[in-house]
Amino acid sequence: MTRKVLSLAMLSTALVASGALAQDATLTIESWRNDDLTLWQDKIIPAFEAEHPGIKIVFSPSAPAEYNAVLNSKLDAGSAGDLITCRPFDASLALYEAGHLSDLSDLEAMSNFSDVAKSAWQTDDASASFCVPMASVIHGFIYNKDAFNELGLDVPTTEAEFFAALDKIQEDGSYIPMAMGTNDQWEAATMGYNNIGPNYWKGEEGRLALIKGEQKLTDPQWVAPYATLAKWAPYLGAGYEAQTYPDSQNLFTLGRAAIYPAGSWEIAGFNTQADFEMGAFKPPVQNAGDTCYISDHTDIGIGLNAASENAEAARTFLTWVASPEFASIYGNAVPGFFPLSSTPVELEDPLAKEIVGWRDECESTIRSTYQILSRGTPNLENETWGASVAAIKGTEAPEALGQQLQDGLASWYAPHQ
Amino acid sequence: MQTRRIRWHIAVFLAPAVLVYTAVMIFPLFNTLRLALFTEVDQTRVYVGLQNFRTLFFDPIWSEQFWNALGNNFWFFLIHMLVQNPIGVALAAILSHPRLRFAALYRSAIFIPTILSFVIVGFTWKLILSPLWGIAPSMLDAVGLKSLFAPWLGKEEYALTTLALVSVWQFVGIPMMLIYAALLSIPEEILEAGEIDGITGASAFWKIKLPLILPSIGIISILTFVGNFNAFDLIYVSQGALAGPDFSTDILGTFMYRTFFGFQLQLGDPRMGSAIAGAMFAIILVGVCIYLFGIQTRIRRYQL
Repeated sequence: MTRKVLSLAMLSTALVASGALAQDATLTIESWRNDDLTLWQDKIIPAFEAEHPGIKIVFSPSAPAEYNAVLNSKLDAGSAGDLITCRPFDASLALYEAGHLSDLSDLEAMSNFSDVAKSAWQTDDASASFCVPMASVIHGFIYNKDAFNELGLDVPTTEAEFFAALDKIQEDGSYIPMAMGTNDQWEAATMGYNNIGPNYWKGEEGRLALIKGEQKLTDPQWVAPYATLAKWAPYLGAGYEAQTYPDSQNLFTLGRAAIYPAGSWEIAGFNTQADFEMGAFKPPVQNAGDTCYISDHTDIGIGLNAASENAEAARTFLTWVASPEFASIYGNAVPGFFPLSSTPVELEDPLAKEIVGWRDECESTIRSTYQILSRGTPNLENETWGASVAAIKGTEAPEALGQQLQDGLASWYAPHQ
Repeated sequence: MQTRRIRWHIAVFLAPAVLVYTAVMIFPLFNTLRLALFTEVDQTRVYVGLQNFRTLFFDPIWSEQFWNALGNNFWFFLIHMLVQNPIGVALAAILSHPRLRFAALYRSAIFIPTILSFVIVGFTWKLILSPLWGIAPSMLDAVGLKSLFAPWLGKEEYALTTLALVSVWQFVGIPMMLIYAALLSIPEEILEAGEIDGITGASAFWKIKLPLILPSIGIISILTFVGNFNAFDLIYVSQGALAGPDFSTDILGTFMYRTFFGFQLQLGDPRMGSAIAGAMFAIILVGVCIYLFGIQTRIRRYQL
């Protein structure tokens, strides 16, 4: 009898203890953003902990290049943190399918996000969402305002104006018209094809039609961007074939180039490097008055480790991440990574503010190759890199490139067969 | 009658090396070959026999990349054989000249790049050849040959040759050192005997020294072959895993890396990667066997 009482007493202490633990949960965040460590420690975590005194947060990032591998082995070993920073699309989808990420569709705060924002972290049929969207990057062109003033140039809005401006800079000769190289290949696709392309394939409309198999990569709206890229070559400066990504960044921030085909993630770096005033313009449309489309690419999200023992506390944190308060802290601390919540956020950085303002004027879409289409062999994203480079260099005709990509996609993707 | 004692000490002394070598070399090698016989369906591993190799050699998507990489690899090897080894032999011949001054200095200067890391070599040469900040364009300009400059690393037709020459620059010290050692081991009496018979200068090199160093040249060739077909670092450092422009610098090593570990949105496929690694192993094995049984046994050796 005494023994039973004793064990009951022990059981209840254990229960109380675990109850106390739930109150004082410590959540660990896995992330590849080691650049953001101080930001999390100094701003985000204190702001959250002030509101939720029972929950402690530890931000524990690993190196970006190793993140996927490190995370996978930690998840398999059961030693991963409670919260997982999510790469977009297939990398995270694979984690969800392997049962490592919890379904967050029932999290009320998910309604703060648009469908495009959520698409990067959903199953293909959009029935389950497994990461809270944190931030996106927007593509466009950053330009040297001093150079534009000096040459008396207006910001181009149509393609004709864009090429007229490039011609004028070329003629003047004191600046390289546009800073981009083809050596590293990805810029040609990311800052080239997927930057100007949405205006041709009408953003989401074309992207979704391509996934459904209703449009083909040989259709004019998918081939035309290559033809436009082919016209870029003369403006890229001598030796652009061997120019790397850091070369291009340096050319622009040293003031030697006038226009930089950009992703918004450059803002923080450019702000510290460049000593001239910068502005930004969105990808030019074909005819004045056309609806504009921008690539507002979902890049980073955060999900819940299915094996977490502090699931309740973690959900509280995720709800907070989905709130406008987090959006405002994060958006201002890392200019160029734009919060995805539907409530607009007031940004302080002028360049970031200018770029995020495009969301009100244009339709948002994401990079065409990222969802589903880069799952097979040959890999459409990698192929697009090569095709964009070939288009710029003029080694192959736009139509031939479209055909090549279409053949590659059709070789494994059922809706295109 | 005396029973033969089992000589345990042999096993004991061999054991550490054999165990370590088995654990870090032999086991992973065979495990990689085994992995190449599987594929993954719905997250479970399925045995498929030689299917991966069939895909690699006969599926147009894979085979095109494979033959491209193999062809590039042969070109890479050819440049080394045609440029690196003759230069190495020539340098060694010059260095072994008894009246050459500062021979030790030249020897060290030429050998130093060999001990540099690939990362340093790749990055340095990328900067030297950069059309924007490099010294190559301005140096050519200084001698009035600016028109000869091209962004070599960014052009499909030049990139691989350029990288092969960079690799030659880095490794020319190795054939030089080996041949130099072989030349030094030629006894003075033989050369003097030749001199008495009227063989001096260049003809002494062609008729006496070269036949004597031929076995060393054979060894260097096979080292070059193995090194080149395992090459990866220099290409990866200077052109990235996609081995651009347009796969013109893609060799088996980078092709294997990209397949095995994945790249950007392409998820890694360790099984196909292992199949490529298996093919690399087979190619090197065949090459070494041809050398060992076809060439080395026929090289005439002279008792010095």
